[in-house]
Amino acid sequence: MDEHKLDGNAAAGVLAEIFTFEITTARSTCASCGATGEVGAQMAYVSEIGTVVRCAVCDNPLIRVVRQDDGPQRYWLDLKGIEYLQLQERL
Amino acid sequence: MGVRCCTTVHVYDAVVIGAGGFGRRHNEPQAHMFDPDFGGVPEWVYSRRSTTAGGIDMGRGFISRGFRGRRRQAEADDRVPPGQYLVEGFPVLSAGPTPHTPLAEWSFAIEGEVDEPKTWSWEQFRALPSEEFTRDIHCVTKWSKLGTTWEGVSVDLLLEGVDTAAEYVVAFCDGGYTTNLPLEEATGGKAWIAHTYEGEPLPPEHGGPARLLVPHLYLWKSAKWVRGLRLVTEDEPGFWESLGYHNHGDPWHEQRYWGD
Amino acid sequence: MADAPRKLTWRIGEVVETSPDTLRTKRLFLDVPGWVGHRAGQHVDVRLTAEDGYQAQRSYSIASAPENGRVELLIERLEDGEVSPYLTDEIRAGDGLELRGPIGGWFAWEAREGGPLFLVAGGSGIAPLMAMIRHRQAAGNDTPVRLLFSSRSYEDIIFREELERLAAEDETLQIAHTLTRSTPPGWEGYARRIDEEMLGEVAFSADERPLTFVCGPTPLVETVATALVGLGHEPARVKTERFGPTGG
Repeated sequence: MDEHKLDGNAAAGVLAEIFTFEITTARSTCASCGATGEVGAQMAYVSEIGTVVRCAVCDNPLIRVVRQDDGPQRYWLDLKGIEYLQLQERL
Repeated sequence: MGVRCCTTVHVYDAVVIGAGGFGRRHNEPQAHMFDPDFGGVPEWVYSRRSTTAGGIDMGRGFISRGFRGRRRQAEADDRVPPGQYLVEGFPVLSAGPTPHTPLAEWSFAIEGEVDEPKTWSWEQFRALPSEEFTRDIHCVTKWSKLGTTWEGVSVDLLLEGVDTAAEYVVAFCDGGYTTNLPLEEATGGKAWIAHTYEGEPLPPEHGGPARLLVPHLYLWKSAKWVRGLRLVTEDEPGFWESLGYHNHGDPWHEQRYWGD
Repeated sequence: MADAPRKLTWRIGEVVETSPDTLRTKRLFLDVPGWVGHRAGQHVDVRLTAEDGYQAQRSYSIASAPENGRVELLIERLEDGEVSPYLTDEIRAGDGLELRGPIGGWFAWEAREGGPLFLVAGGSGIAPLMAMIRHRQAAGNDTPVRLLFSSRSYEDIIFREELERLAAEDETLQIAHTLTRSTPPGWEGYARRIDEEMLGEVAFSADERPLTFVCGPTPLVETVATALVGLGHEPARVKTERFGPTGG
Protein backbone atom coordinates (compact mmCIF):
# COMPACT_ATOMS: atom_id res chain seq x y z
CA MET A 1 0.00 0.00 0.00
CA ASP A 2 1.64 3.18 -1.22
CA GLU A 3 0.47 6.23 0.68
CA HIS A 4 1.67 8.63 -1.97
CA LYS A 5 -0.20 7.02 -4.83
CA LEU A 6 -3.36 9.05 -5.34
CA ASP A 7 -6.10 9.03 -7.94
CA GLY A 8 -5.57 11.18 -11.04
CA ASN A 9 -8.20 13.54 -9.69
CA ALA A 10 -5.63 14.71 -7.11
CA ALA A 11 -3.64 16.32 -9.92
CA ALA A 12 -6.67 18.33 -11.01
CA GLY A 13 -5.70 21.42 -9.00
CA VAL A 14 -2.27 22.05 -10.47
CA LEU A 15 -3.43 21.01 -13.94
CA ALA A 16 -6.30 23.50 -13.69
CA GLU A 17 -3.63 26.22 -13.49
CA ILE A 18 -2.60 25.31 -17.01
CA PHE A 19 -5.58 23.81 -18.80
CA THR A 20 -8.85 25.65 -19.09
CA PHE A 21 -10.76 22.48 -19.89
CA GLU A 22 -11.60 19.74 -17.40
CA ILE A 23 -8.56 17.50 -17.68
CA THR A 24 -9.64 14.73 -15.30
CA THR A 25 -12.37 13.59 -17.65
CA ALA A 26 -10.18 13.80 -20.76
CA ARG A 27 -9.28 10.38 -22.16
CA SER A 28 -5.59 9.68 -22.53
CA THR A 29 -3.85 6.93 -24.46
CA CYS A 30 -0.58 5.81 -22.91
CA ALA A 31 2.28 6.18 -25.38
CA SER A 32 4.03 3.24 -23.75
CA CYS A 33 1.41 0.51 -23.37
CA GLY A 34 -1.55 1.87 -25.29
CA ALA A 35 -3.99 1.72 -22.37
CA THR A 36 -6.78 4.26 -22.66
CA GLY A 37 -8.73 5.82 -19.83
CA GLU A 38 -9.80 9.04 -18.20
CA VAL A 39 -6.96 11.04 -16.70
CA GLY A 40 -8.82 10.97 -13.38
CA ALA A 41 -8.58 7.18 -13.37
CA GLN A 42 -4.79 7.17 -13.64
CA MET A 43 -2.42 7.47 -10.68
CA ALA A 44 -1.16 10.81 -9.42
CA TYR A 45 1.92 11.63 -7.36
CA VAL A 46 1.57 15.17 -6.09
CA SER A 47 4.17 17.04 -4.05
CA GLU A 48 5.87 20.42 -3.86
CA ILE A 49 8.63 19.31 -6.21
CA GLY A 50 6.20 18.45 -8.98
CA THR A 51 3.21 16.41 -10.08
CA VAL A 52 3.42 13.20 -12.07
CA VAL A 53 0.38 11.42 -13.47
CA ARG A 54 1.22 7.82 -14.35
CA CYS A 55 -0.56 5.20 -16.41
CA ALA A 56 -2.64 3.02 -14.07
CA VAL A 57 -1.63 -0.02 -16.10
CA CYS A 58 2.11 0.38 -16.70
CA ASP A 59 3.24 3.34 -14.50
CA ASN A 60 4.59 5.24 -17.49
CA PRO A 61 4.58 8.99 -16.74
CA LEU A 62 1.72 10.46 -18.77
CA ILE A 63 1.90 14.03 -17.50
CA ARG A 64 4.72 15.72 -15.61
CA VAL A 65 4.39 19.25 -14.27
CA VAL A 66 6.80 21.50 -12.42
CA ARG A 67 5.77 24.92 -11.21
CA GLN A 68 8.12 27.66 -10.09
CA ASP A 69 6.48 30.12 -7.71
CA ASP A 70 9.35 32.42 -6.76
CA GLY A 71 10.48 35.13 -9.08
CA PRO A 72 8.98 34.57 -12.50
CA GLN A 73 6.12 32.11 -12.24
CA ARG A 74 6.96 29.40 -14.74
CA TYR A 75 5.58 25.99 -15.57
CA TRP A 76 7.24 23.07 -17.26
CA LEU A 77 4.85 20.58 -18.76
CA ASP A 78 5.72 17.23 -20.31
CA LEU A 79 3.00 15.30 -22.10
CA LYS A 80 5.28 12.93 -24.04
CA GLY A 81 3.80 9.94 -22.25
CA ILE A 82 0.42 10.58 -23.81
CA GLU A 83 -0.19 9.41 -27.33
CA TYR A 84 -3.16 11.73 -27.58
CA LEU A 85 -5.75 13.37 -25.36
CA GLN A 86 -9.41 13.24 -26.23
CA LEU A 87 -11.47 16.07 -24.84
CA GLN A 88 -15.22 15.98 -24.81
CA GLU A 89 -17.55 18.70 -23.73
CA ARG A 90 -20.14 17.67 -21.21
CA LEU A 91 -23.74 17.71 -22.38
CA MET B 1 -30.11 20.19 -26.50
CA GLY B 2 -26.40 20.83 -26.37
CA VAL B 3 -23.82 19.75 -28.85
CA ARG B 4 -21.49 16.85 -28.35
CA CYS B 5 -18.10 18.18 -29.30
CA CYS B 6 -15.15 15.87 -29.58
CA THR B 7 -11.68 17.22 -30.14
CA THR B 8 -8.71 14.99 -30.70
CA VAL B 9 -5.43 16.65 -29.87
CA HIS B 10 -2.27 14.94 -31.07
CA VAL B 11 0.54 15.66 -28.72
CA TYR B 12 4.18 15.22 -29.69
CA ASP B 13 7.13 16.16 -27.51
CA ALA B 14 4.92 18.57 -25.66
CA VAL B 15 7.32 20.47 -23.47
CA VAL B 16 6.08 23.90 -22.63
CA ILE B 17 8.47 26.34 -21.12
CA GLY B 18 7.88 29.69 -19.63
CA ALA B 19 4.14 30.02 -19.40
CA GLY B 20 4.81 33.14 -17.40
CA GLY B 21 2.31 35.66 -16.22
CA PHE B 22 0.10 33.32 -14.24
CA GLY B 23 -0.84 34.12 -10.72
CA ARG B 24 0.98 36.34 -8.37
CA ARG B 25 3.93 38.47 -9.38
CA HIS B 26 6.56 39.44 -6.88
CA ASN B 27 5.91 42.78 -5.22
CA GLU B 28 2.63 43.37 -6.96
CA PRO B 29 -0.81 42.96 -5.50
CA GLN B 30 -2.59 39.80 -6.45
CA ALA B 31 -4.50 40.49 -9.63
CA HIS B 32 -7.73 38.92 -8.48
CA MET B 33 -8.12 41.27 -5.57
CA PHE B 34 -8.72 44.18 -7.94
CA ASP B 35 -10.55 42.20 -10.56
CA PRO B 36 -13.99 43.70 -11.12
CA ASP B 37 -15.33 40.15 -11.44
CA PHE B 38 -14.18 39.43 -7.94
CA GLY B 39 -17.11 41.30 -6.58
CA GLY B 40 -17.47 42.92 -3.23
CA VAL B 41 -14.16 42.54 -1.45
CA PRO B 42 -14.81 42.68 2.27
CA GLU B 43 -13.21 45.44 4.32
CA TRP B 44 -11.21 42.98 6.39
CA VAL B 45 -9.29 41.79 3.36
CA TYR B 46 -7.72 45.18 2.85
CA SER B 47 -6.99 45.71 6.48
CA ARG B 48 -5.26 42.35 6.60
CA ARG B 49 -3.11 43.23 3.60
CA SER B 50 -1.65 46.06 5.57
CA THR B 51 -0.46 43.67 8.24
CA THR B 52 2.92 42.76 6.93
CA ALA B 53 6.17 41.35 8.11
CA GLY B 54 8.33 44.09 9.48
CA GLY B 55 6.35 46.84 7.82
CA ILE B 56 7.44 45.81 4.34
CA ASP B 57 4.60 45.15 1.91
CA MET B 58 5.59 41.75 0.54
CA GLY B 59 2.81 41.96 -2.04
CA ARG B 60 1.61 38.55 -0.99
CA GLY B 61 -1.97 39.55 -0.45
CA PHE B 62 -3.97 37.48 1.93
CA ILE B 63 -2.50 36.38 5.27
CA SER B 64 -4.27 33.70 7.30
CA ARG B 65 -4.85 35.17 10.73
CA GLY B 66 -3.08 33.19 13.40
CA PHE B 67 -1.41 30.66 11.11
CA ARG B 68 2.20 29.92 11.88
CA GLY B 69 2.90 26.60 10.26
CA ARG B 70 4.84 23.75 11.74
CA ARG B 71 8.34 24.57 10.62
CA ARG B 72 10.97 26.27 12.76
CA GLN B 73 12.38 29.54 11.63
CA ALA B 74 15.94 29.18 10.46
CA GLU B 75 18.04 31.08 12.97
CA ALA B 76 20.67 33.14 11.23
CA ASP B 77 22.59 29.93 10.84
CA ASP B 78 25.37 29.61 8.38
CA ARG B 79 24.49 25.95 8.01
CA VAL B 80 21.15 26.81 6.45
CA PRO B 81 21.36 27.83 2.78
CA PRO B 82 19.42 30.86 1.53
CA GLY B 83 15.67 30.40 1.27
CA GLN B 84 15.57 27.24 3.38
CA TYR B 85 13.83 26.49 6.67
CA LEU B 86 14.37 23.69 9.15
CA VAL B 87 11.93 20.82 9.63
CA GLU B 88 11.67 18.27 12.38
CA GLY B 89 10.36 15.31 10.40
CA PHE B 90 11.78 13.89 7.22
CA PRO B 91 9.30 14.73 4.45
CA VAL B 92 8.73 12.18 1.72
CA LEU B 93 8.23 13.46 -1.81
CA SER B 94 7.23 10.91 -4.41
CA ALA B 95 7.26 11.03 -8.20
CA GLY B 96 6.10 7.46 -8.59
CA PRO B 97 5.32 4.19 -6.84
CA THR B 98 7.70 3.07 -4.11
CA PRO B 99 9.73 0.17 -5.47
CA HIS B 100 10.11 -2.98 -3.40
CA THR B 101 12.89 -4.89 -5.10
CA PRO B 102 13.67 -8.03 -3.10
CA LEU B 103 17.27 -7.97 -1.89
CA ALA B 104 17.92 -11.29 -3.62
CA GLU B 105 17.18 -9.54 -6.92
CA TRP B 106 18.95 -6.27 -6.11
CA SER B 107 22.22 -5.32 -7.77
CA PHE B 108 24.32 -2.20 -8.16
CA ALA B 109 26.27 -1.48 -11.33
CA ILE B 110 28.99 0.82 -12.58
CA GLU B 111 28.65 0.91 -16.33
CA GLY B 112 28.89 3.09 -19.43
CA GLU B 113 32.21 4.61 -20.48
CA VAL B 114 34.28 2.05 -18.60
CA ASP B 115 36.55 -0.75 -19.72
CA GLU B 116 34.89 -3.27 -17.47
CA PRO B 117 31.44 -2.75 -16.00
CA LYS B 118 31.16 -3.80 -12.37
CA THR B 119 28.20 -5.15 -10.45
CA TRP B 120 27.59 -6.09 -6.86
CA SER B 121 24.82 -8.18 -5.40
CA TRP B 122 23.32 -6.98 -2.12
CA GLU B 123 25.56 -9.32 -0.16
CA GLN B 124 28.63 -8.19 -2.05
CA PHE B 125 27.65 -4.56 -1.65
CA ARG B 126 27.12 -4.90 2.10
CA ALA B 127 30.44 -6.66 2.41
CA LEU B 128 32.21 -3.54 1.16
CA PRO B 129 33.60 -1.14 3.76
CA SER B 130 30.98 1.40 4.82
CA GLU B 131 31.45 4.83 6.29
CA GLU B 132 29.31 6.47 8.93
CA PHE B 133 28.81 10.15 8.23
CA THR B 134 26.71 13.06 9.39
CA ARG B 135 25.56 15.72 6.98
CA ASP B 136 23.06 18.48 6.49
CA ILE B 137 20.56 17.87 3.70
CA HIS B 138 18.63 20.43 1.69
CA CYS B 139 15.54 19.89 -0.44
CA VAL B 140 14.74 22.22 -3.31
CA THR B 141 11.23 22.52 -1.84
CA LYS B 142 12.93 24.60 0.87
CA TRP B 143 13.21 22.30 3.85
CA SER B 144 16.55 21.42 5.41
CA LYS B 145 17.60 18.94 8.06
CA LEU B 146 20.83 19.42 9.91
CA GLY B 147 23.01 16.68 11.24
CA THR B 148 21.43 13.62 9.61
CA THR B 149 23.41 10.44 10.15
CA TRP B 150 23.97 7.84 7.50
CA GLU B 151 26.03 4.84 6.69
CA GLY B 152 27.04 3.93 3.16
CA VAL B 153 29.70 2.97 0.68
CA SER B 154 31.71 5.84 -0.74
CA VAL B 155 31.30 6.28 -4.49
CA ASP B 156 35.10 6.68 -4.59
CA LEU B 157 35.39 3.11 -3.38
CA LEU B 158 32.95 1.84 -5.98
CA LEU B 159 34.93 3.63 -8.70
CA GLU B 160 38.27 2.35 -7.52
CA GLY B 161 40.17 0.89 -10.42
CA VAL B 162 37.65 2.18 -12.93
CA ASP B 163 39.33 3.74 -15.95
CA THR B 164 37.19 6.27 -17.71
CA ALA B 165 37.27 9.32 -19.94
CA ALA B 166 33.77 10.17 -18.83
CA GLU B 167 33.17 13.51 -17.15
CA TYR B 168 29.57 12.95 -16.15
CA VAL B 169 27.57 10.34 -14.36
CA VAL B 170 23.90 9.39 -14.55
CA ALA B 171 22.37 7.65 -11.54
CA PHE B 172 19.62 5.26 -12.56
CA CYS B 173 17.01 3.75 -10.26
CA ASP B 174 14.18 1.30 -9.83
CA GLY B 175 11.06 2.92 -11.22
CA GLY B 176 13.00 4.78 -13.92
CA TYR B 177 14.16 7.86 -12.02
CA THR B 178 17.45 9.37 -13.12
CA THR B 179 19.63 12.26 -12.08
CA ASN B 180 22.88 13.57 -13.51
CA LEU B 181 26.01 15.17 -12.13
CA PRO B 182 29.59 15.90 -13.13
CA LEU B 183 31.79 12.97 -12.11
CA GLU B 184 33.89 15.25 -9.95
CA GLU B 185 30.80 16.12 -7.88
CA ALA B 186 30.28 12.44 -7.11
CA THR B 187 33.87 11.78 -6.13
CA GLY B 188 36.45 13.12 -3.71
CA GLY B 189 34.44 12.12 -0.67
CA LYS B 190 31.30 13.95 -1.78
CA ALA B 191 28.95 11.04 -2.47
CA TRP B 192 27.89 7.68 -1.09
CA ILE B 193 25.53 4.84 -1.80
CA ALA B 194 23.75 4.94 1.56
CA HIS B 195 22.00 1.93 3.10
CA THR B 196 21.50 3.01 6.70
CA TYR B 197 19.80 6.09 8.11
CA GLU B 198 19.85 7.01 11.79
CA GLY B 199 21.23 3.57 12.62
CA GLU B 200 18.41 1.64 10.90
CA PRO B 201 18.14 0.11 7.44
CA LEU B 202 17.05 2.82 5.06
CA PRO B 203 13.24 2.56 4.79
CA PRO B 204 11.70 2.14 1.31
CA GLU B 205 9.92 5.51 1.49
CA HIS B 206 13.31 7.22 1.88
CA GLY B 207 14.92 5.24 -0.90
CA GLY B 208 15.76 1.91 0.70
CA PRO B 209 17.44 -0.48 0.36
CA ALA B 210 19.99 2.02 -0.97
CA ARG B 211 20.06 5.54 -2.33
CA LEU B 212 22.65 7.87 -3.71
CA LEU B 213 23.57 10.59 -1.26
CA VAL B 214 25.21 13.78 -2.52
CA PRO B 215 24.53 16.17 0.36
CA HIS B 216 26.27 19.22 -1.07
CA LEU B 217 23.62 19.46 -3.77
CA TYR B 218 19.82 19.68 -3.48
CA LEU B 219 18.33 16.40 -2.36
CA TRP B 220 16.67 15.52 -5.68
CA LYS B 221 20.19 14.62 -6.81
CA SER B 222 20.39 12.02 -4.01
CA ALA B 223 18.51 9.50 -6.07
CA LYS B 224 16.33 7.06 -4.16
CA TRP B 225 16.28 3.35 -5.03
CA VAL B 226 19.54 3.74 -6.96
CA ARG B 227 20.66 0.71 -8.95
CA GLY B 228 23.78 2.04 -10.60
CA LEU B 229 25.88 4.81 -12.01
CA ARG B 230 26.40 5.17 -15.73
CA LEU B 231 29.51 7.09 -16.71
CA VAL B 232 28.97 9.22 -19.81
CA THR B 233 31.01 11.64 -21.87
CA GLU B 234 28.10 14.00 -22.44
CA ASP B 235 25.84 15.29 -19.74
CA GLU B 236 22.32 13.85 -19.73
CA PRO B 237 19.74 15.83 -17.78
CA GLY B 238 17.74 13.51 -15.54
CA PHE B 239 14.11 13.24 -14.51
CA TRP B 240 13.76 16.65 -12.87
CA GLU B 241 16.66 18.38 -14.65
CA SER B 242 14.84 17.89 -17.92
CA LEU B 243 11.71 19.50 -16.54
CA GLY B 244 12.79 22.82 -15.08
CA TYR B 245 15.11 21.95 -12.24
CA HIS B 246 18.63 23.32 -12.36
CA ASN B 247 21.20 21.09 -13.96
CA HIS B 248 23.69 21.59 -11.13
CA GLY B 249 21.57 22.23 -8.04
CA ASP B 250 23.87 24.00 -5.54
CA PRO B 251 21.79 25.10 -2.53
CA TRP B 252 24.34 27.74 -1.57
CA HIS B 253 23.73 29.55 -4.82
CA GLU B 254 19.99 28.71 -4.81
CA GLN B 255 20.27 26.88 -8.09
CA ARG B 256 16.71 25.59 -8.04
CA TYR B 257 15.38 26.13 -11.57
CA TRP B 258 16.67 26.69 -15.09
CA GLY B 259 18.32 30.02 -15.39
CA ASP B 260 18.92 30.49 -11.66
CA MET C 1 -20.49 26.98 -25.44
CA ALA C 2 -22.66 28.17 -22.61
CA ASP C 3 -19.75 29.74 -20.71
CA ALA C 4 -16.17 30.38 -21.71
CA PRO C 5 -13.68 28.21 -19.84
CA ARG C 6 -12.10 30.10 -16.97
CA LYS C 7 -8.76 29.48 -15.39
CA LEU C 8 -8.96 28.46 -11.78
CA THR C 9 -7.98 31.34 -9.50
CA TRP C 10 -7.50 31.69 -5.78
CA ARG C 11 -10.37 33.36 -4.00
CA ILE C 12 -10.95 34.40 -0.43
CA GLY C 13 -13.99 32.89 1.19
CA GLU C 14 -15.45 34.23 4.39
CA VAL C 15 -16.04 31.79 7.20
CA VAL C 16 -19.62 32.46 8.24
CA GLU C 17 -19.94 29.64 10.72
CA THR C 18 -17.99 26.81 12.27
CA SER C 19 -19.67 23.93 13.98
CA PRO C 20 -18.22 20.82 15.58
CA ASP C 21 -19.58 17.52 14.32
CA THR C 22 -17.80 14.67 16.06
CA LEU C 23 -14.98 15.00 18.60
CA ARG C 24 -12.37 15.19 15.87
CA THR C 25 -14.26 16.96 13.12
CA LYS C 26 -15.58 20.40 12.38
CA ARG C 27 -17.80 21.82 9.67
CA LEU C 28 -16.79 25.10 8.08
CA PHE C 29 -19.39 27.14 6.21
CA LEU C 30 -18.01 29.63 3.71
CA ASP C 31 -19.39 32.38 1.55
CA VAL C 32 -17.12 32.60 -1.47
CA PRO C 33 -17.45 35.70 -3.67
CA GLY C 34 -17.38 34.76 -7.32
CA TRP C 35 -18.11 31.08 -6.62
CA VAL C 36 -19.23 29.45 -9.86
CA GLY C 37 -20.89 26.45 -8.24
CA HIS C 38 -19.75 22.86 -8.12
CA ARG C 39 -20.76 19.27 -8.83
CA ALA C 40 -21.22 16.92 -5.91
CA GLY C 41 -17.93 15.12 -5.27
CA GLN C 42 -15.57 17.93 -6.25
CA HIS C 43 -13.08 19.49 -3.90
CA VAL C 44 -11.30 22.74 -3.20
CA ASP C 45 -7.68 23.50 -2.51
CA VAL C 46 -7.21 25.53 0.65
CA ARG C 47 -4.10 27.64 1.16
CA LEU C 48 -2.84 29.09 4.42
CA THR C 49 -0.27 31.88 4.43
CA ALA C 50 1.75 32.90 7.47
CA GLU C 51 2.95 36.46 8.00
CA ASP C 52 6.42 35.66 6.70
CA GLY C 53 4.98 34.29 3.50
CA TYR C 54 5.22 30.59 4.36
CA GLN C 55 2.36 28.68 2.77
CA ALA C 56 0.71 25.32 3.27
CA GLN C 57 -1.91 23.88 0.97
CA ARG C 58 -4.37 20.99 1.30
CA SER C 59 -7.41 19.67 -0.56
CA TYR C 60 -10.84 19.30 1.04
CA SER C 61 -13.97 17.84 -0.46
CA ILE C 62 -17.02 20.05 -0.63
CA ALA C 63 -19.68 18.48 1.61
CA SER C 64 -22.51 20.78 0.64
CA ALA C 65 -24.93 20.19 -2.20
CA PRO C 66 -24.48 22.36 -5.30
CA GLU C 67 -27.98 23.69 -4.66
CA ASN C 68 -26.70 25.26 -1.44
CA GLY C 69 -25.03 28.60 -2.17
CA ARG C 70 -22.69 28.25 0.77
CA VAL C 71 -19.62 26.02 0.57
CA GLU C 72 -19.31 23.57 3.42
CA LEU C 73 -16.04 21.81 4.22
CA LEU C 74 -15.67 18.93 6.64
CA ILE C 75 -12.33 19.06 8.45
CA GLU C 76 -10.88 16.18 10.41
CA ARG C 77 -8.26 17.23 12.90
CA LEU C 78 -5.11 15.18 12.42
CA GLU C 79 -2.86 15.06 15.48
CA ASP C 80 0.32 15.84 13.61
CA GLY C 81 -1.37 17.88 10.92
CA GLU C 82 -0.19 21.30 9.91
CA VAL C 83 -3.33 22.64 8.29
CA SER C 84 -6.19 20.72 9.93
CA PRO C 85 -5.51 21.89 13.51
CA TYR C 86 -5.60 25.49 12.27
CA LEU C 87 -8.96 24.87 10.61
CA THR C 88 -10.48 23.09 13.60
CA ASP C 89 -8.93 25.04 16.48
CA GLU C 90 -8.07 28.52 15.27
CA ILE C 91 -10.23 29.70 12.39
CA ARG C 92 -13.48 31.36 13.35
CA ALA C 93 -16.48 33.13 11.87
CA GLY C 94 -15.35 36.34 10.21
CA ASP C 95 -11.98 35.00 9.15
CA GLY C 96 -11.00 34.69 5.53
CA LEU C 97 -9.90 31.41 3.98
CA GLU C 98 -8.07 31.34 0.69
CA LEU C 99 -9.28 28.60 -1.59
CA ARG C 100 -9.73 27.65 -5.22
CA GLY C 101 -12.24 25.41 -6.86
CA PRO C 102 -14.25 23.55 -7.69
CA ILE C 103 -11.70 20.99 -8.76
CA GLY C 104 -11.86 17.46 -10.08
CA GLY C 105 -14.77 16.74 -12.39
CA TRP C 106 -13.92 13.06 -12.62
CA PHE C 107 -14.99 12.20 -9.09
CA ALA C 108 -18.43 13.80 -9.28
CA TRP C 109 -22.05 12.75 -9.64
CA GLU C 110 -25.09 14.57 -10.89
CA ALA C 111 -28.58 13.22 -10.26
CA ARG C 112 -29.32 13.16 -13.98
CA GLU C 113 -26.58 10.55 -14.44
CA GLY C 114 -28.78 8.06 -12.62
CA GLY C 115 -27.55 4.94 -10.91
CA PRO C 116 -28.13 2.98 -8.86
CA LEU C 117 -25.56 4.76 -6.72
CA PHE C 118 -23.25 2.89 -4.35
CA LEU C 119 -21.25 5.02 -1.95
CA VAL C 120 -18.53 3.72 0.35
CA ALA C 121 -16.96 6.02 2.91
CA GLY C 122 -14.20 5.64 5.46
CA GLY C 123 -14.24 8.31 8.16
CA SER C 124 -14.02 11.82 6.73
CA GLY C 125 -14.26 10.26 3.27
CA ILE C 126 -17.96 10.80 3.77
CA ALA C 127 -17.57 14.47 2.79
CA PRO C 128 -17.82 14.24 -1.02
CA LEU C 129 -20.41 11.47 -0.76
CA MET C 130 -22.49 13.63 1.58
CA ALA C 131 -22.54 16.26 -1.14
CA MET C 132 -23.95 13.64 -3.49
CA ILE C 133 -26.59 12.54 -0.99
CA ARG C 134 -27.60 16.12 -0.24
CA HIS C 135 -27.66 17.00 -3.92
CA ARG C 136 -29.88 14.03 -4.67
CA GLN C 137 -32.28 15.14 -1.98
CA ALA C 138 -32.26 18.79 -3.04
CA ALA C 139 -32.91 17.74 -6.62
CA GLY C 140 -35.86 15.61 -5.55
CA ASN C 141 -34.24 12.62 -7.20
CA ASP C 142 -35.07 9.03 -6.32
CA THR C 143 -32.10 7.17 -7.81
CA PRO C 144 -31.63 4.21 -5.47
CA VAL C 145 -28.60 4.84 -3.29
CA ARG C 146 -26.81 2.74 -0.73
CA LEU C 147 -24.14 4.08 1.58
CA LEU C 148 -21.70 1.81 3.38
CA PHE C 149 -20.01 3.92 6.02
CA SER C 150 -17.04 2.81 8.08
CA SER C 151 -16.28 4.70 11.30
CA ARG C 152 -14.21 4.01 14.39
CA SER C 153 -17.11 4.18 16.81
CA TYR C 154 -20.71 5.34 17.05
CA GLU C 155 -19.61 8.74 18.36
CA ASP C 156 -17.25 9.08 15.39
CA ILE C 157 -19.98 8.77 12.76
CA ILE C 158 -19.79 12.08 10.92
CA PHE C 159 -23.14 13.61 9.90
CA ARG C 160 -24.80 10.84 11.89
CA GLU C 161 -28.04 12.63 12.78
CA GLU C 162 -28.57 14.06 9.32
CA LEU C 163 -27.97 10.67 7.73
CA GLU C 164 -30.45 9.04 10.11
CA ARG C 165 -33.06 11.63 9.32
CA LEU C 166 -32.54 11.41 5.55
CA ALA C 167 -32.73 7.62 5.59
CA ALA C 168 -35.84 7.68 7.76
CA GLU C 169 -37.59 10.04 5.35
CA ASP C 170 -36.52 8.29 2.17
CA GLU C 171 -36.70 4.56 1.68
CA THR C 172 -34.66 4.76 -1.55
CA LEU C 173 -31.68 5.82 0.59
CA GLN C 174 -30.25 2.87 2.52
CA ILE C 175 -27.37 3.17 4.93
CA ALA C 176 -25.23 0.44 6.45
CA HIS C 177 -22.71 1.33 9.11
CA THR C 178 -19.70 -0.58 10.23
CA LEU C 179 -17.71 0.30 13.33
CA THR C 180 -14.11 -0.79 13.49
CA ARG C 181 -12.92 -0.02 17.02
CA SER C 182 -15.84 -0.08 19.42
CA THR C 183 -19.59 -0.61 19.35
CA PRO C 184 -22.30 0.72 21.62
CA PRO C 185 -24.44 -1.70 23.62
CA GLY C 186 -27.07 -3.36 21.49
CA TRP C 187 -25.30 -2.51 18.23
CA GLU C 188 -26.75 -4.49 15.35
CA GLY C 189 -24.66 -3.12 12.50
CA TYR C 190 -21.37 -4.44 11.20
CA ALA C 191 -18.42 -4.37 13.54
CA ARG C 192 -15.29 -4.85 11.46
CA ARG C 193 -13.29 -3.37 8.61
CA ILE C 194 -14.99 -3.53 5.25
CA ASP C 195 -14.25 -6.77 3.43
CA GLU C 196 -15.47 -8.63 0.39
CA GLU C 197 -18.10 -10.54 2.34
CA MET C 198 -19.63 -7.33 3.66
CA LEU C 199 -19.61 -5.79 0.22
CA GLY C 200 -21.28 -8.89 -1.19
CA GLU C 201 -24.11 -8.37 1.26
CA VAL C 202 -24.47 -4.62 0.97
CA ALA C 203 -23.56 -3.59 -2.55
CA PHE C 204 -25.88 -3.63 -5.52
CA SER C 205 -25.26 -6.67 -7.68
CA ALA C 206 -22.88 -6.25 -10.59
CA ASP C 207 -25.82 -6.86 -12.95
CA GLU C 208 -27.42 -3.65 -11.78
CA ARG C 209 -24.34 -1.75 -13.03
CA PRO C 210 -24.22 0.77 -10.21
CA LEU C 211 -22.10 3.90 -10.25
CA THR C 212 -19.77 3.50 -7.30
CA PHE C 213 -17.80 6.16 -5.43
CA VAL C 214 -15.33 5.17 -2.72
CA CYS C 215 -13.58 7.73 -0.56
CA GLY C 216 -11.35 7.38 2.47
CA PRO C 217 -7.94 6.19 3.59
CA THR C 218 -5.97 4.40 0.90
CA PRO C 219 -6.11 0.90 2.44
CA LEU C 220 -9.92 1.01 2.67
CA VAL C 221 -10.27 2.38 -0.84
CA GLU C 222 -8.03 -0.25 -2.37
CA THR C 223 -9.70 -3.09 -0.47
CA VAL C 224 -13.12 -1.97 -1.62
CA ALA C 225 -12.18 -1.31 -5.24
CA THR C 226 -10.41 -4.64 -5.57
CA ALA C 227 -13.27 -6.52 -3.94
CA LEU C 228 -15.93 -4.89 -6.11
CA VAL C 229 -14.04 -5.71 -9.29
CA GLY C 230 -13.70 -9.24 -7.93
CA LEU C 231 -17.47 -9.33 -7.53
CA GLY C 232 -17.85 -8.49 -11.19
CA HIS C 233 -18.27 -4.72 -11.15
CA GLU C 234 -16.88 -2.79 -14.11
CA PRO C 235 -13.69 -0.94 -13.10
CA ALA C 236 -14.72 2.14 -15.10
CA ARG C 237 -17.84 2.45 -12.95
CA VAL C 238 -15.92 2.32 -9.67
CA LYS C 239 -14.39 5.70 -8.90
CA THR C 240 -11.99 6.13 -6.04
CA GLU C 241 -10.62 9.01 -4.03
CA ARG C 242 -7.69 7.95 -1.90
CA PHE C 243 -6.81 10.30 0.92
CA GLY C 244 -3.08 9.79 0.96
CA PRO C 245 -0.85 10.80 3.85
CA THR C 246 -1.82 14.47 3.90
CA GLY C 247 -5.56 13.98 3.57
CA GLY C 248 -7.05 16.53 5.97
